[in-house]
Amino acid sequence: MHDTLTPAEARDMLSAVARHIVANVDMLTQVDQAIGDGDHGIGMRRGFSAVEEAMTATEPVSVAAVFKAAGTAIMAKTGGAAGAIFGTMFRSGSTAFDERAVLDAEGFAGFLVRGLEGVEKRGAAQPGQKTMIDALAPAAAASEAAIARGLVDVVTEATKAAKGGVEATKDMIATTGKARTLGERSLGHPDPGAVSMSLILEAMRDYIAA
Amino acid sequence: MAKPKKLLNNPVNVVTELIDGLVAASGGDLRRLDDRNTVVRTTLADDKVALLIGGGSGHEPMFPGFVGPNLADGAPCGEVFAAPTPDLVLDTLAAVDRGRGVLMVYGNYAGDNMNFDIAAELAEEAGIVTRTVRVWDDVAAAPLDRITDRRGIAGDFFVIKVAGGAAAELKDLDDVYRVAVKARDNTRSMGVALAAGSIPETGERTFELPEDEIEIGMGAHGEPGIARRKITDADAIAEEMTDRILADLPFSSGDEVAVLVNNLGATTCMEMLIVTRKVHQVLAQRGISVHRTDVGSFLTCQEMAGLSITLMKLDDELKRYLDMPAHSFAYSRS
Repeated sequence: MHDTLTPAEARDMLSAVARHIVANVDMLTQVDQAIGDGDHGIGMRRGFSAVEEAMTATEPVSVAAVFKAAGTAIMAKTGGAAGAIFGTMFRSGSTAFDERAVLDAEGFAGFLVRGLEGVEKRGAAQPGQKTMIDALAPAAAASEAAIARGLVDVVTEATKAAKGGVEATKDMIATTGKARTLGERSLGHPDPGAVSMSLILEAMRDYIAA
Repeated sequence: MAKPKKLLNNPVNVVTELIDGLVAASGGDLRRLDDRNTVVRTTLADDKVALLIGGGSGHEPMFPGFVGPNLADGAPCGEVFAAPTPDLVLDTLAAVDRGRGVLMVYGNYAGDNMNFDIAAELAEEAGIVTRTVRVWDDVAAAPLDRITDRRGIAGDFFVIKVAGGAAAELKDLDDVYRVAVKARDNTRSMGVALAAGSIPETGERTFELPEDEIEIGMGAHGEPGIARRKITDADAIAEEMTDRILADLPFSSGDEVAVLVNNLGATTCMEMLIVTRKVHQVLAQRGISVHRTDVGSFLTCQEMAGLSITLMKLDDELKRYLDMPAHSFAYSRS
């Protein structure tokens, strides 16, 4: 159990996130084949393999620096919509750790809130359009509500909310991105980006709560 | 369904290897930028507005096959069906910029829009001026009142051809932008799918379509179209597609158009010509004259069977740039 993470621990956590995504690539491919062109898993493997390499190469000078390095690696290697979105999420979110020596409850909630702001601006998307925002937005809200209870509760509540968000995307009709033209055919399937967002939080929770 | 046979090596390297082949075939006209998946012209005229095109790979010859004189100056190539990354676009922008700025032309997809937008912001910080024209010619993708939700398909070619001519002649980025926007706004397309292509890395088909059915309006990645039905005569399908395109702009009697009949990958030349014949008949009946016709593979989706029809309504300015000589791997005109 961690109440705070040092920059070196934050770096280790992001390495664990990268391994968790890579371990779930086949599942992400299957989820995307149902409502997309089936390349989400391949792209996430490119991006998060690059995160693991970047974490090995990055000096943990600050929490903000390691999160920004992860976002830069995702943006440089993933390609497609996923690279822009998850890269933006980490890079915009990393600004919440500026001026913070450690990753704490308030910083983590700020990471999700600023990450959400960045993604909404970049993708011109809002909640309810069957995207990763439908996992990230409830996670950000839940994390803010749990700040007073400490980091473990913040990340645990965020992960729960993201999973609920993934479930909710099954009842949504895609109105943005390539799945947009599926219309009602997208019903019953979760959004692959939301699943990835949930996996990222799951790995962070496992590291912080362990 | 069985996975298709393909001549590949490690499928992770398909984009790198196809660019090597393109450079080899270019006779010295093209080069790869460092060891990256981006193609630029070996010789760039000084003092020229640059034209950058690009997008996901898997649609060859779009985009890198249209890099050459009076066409595009560079093309960053993403992985298969995935937009190129911002740093790849940025490095290509820097390589082709001759101080007069760069026009970026690409298909209107969320991934491309975001990655090219990020690249444009980074370019601005680096002192490179850019303008952007997103192509949204697919009339099947969304109703006219949501035209900015439409995808870019083979109409990319007409916009690239016109923009390439304008960029070779006009010295102001804003003028090139204006001409490219006009080309985009007068271009409309629709596709029909007969069978799916597949993703090289997985061998999986991009969509499922029963043996005896076609889908009118299906997108280049297998995005659903407007009607799925039993296959019928070429003439009936070509007439329906042409009429839907004509009604959208709308094109009217007395208009002059350029026609593009684009092979999505696996359709025979015979079928392409039969459809081209019918498109010409329909246009003649509607009182629309054809200035020129291009038939061939411009934007494909691997071994997808099917084709798309594109019409661009012309004026003197569009005709001028469309008719300019050009040379590239996939398109040459003297």
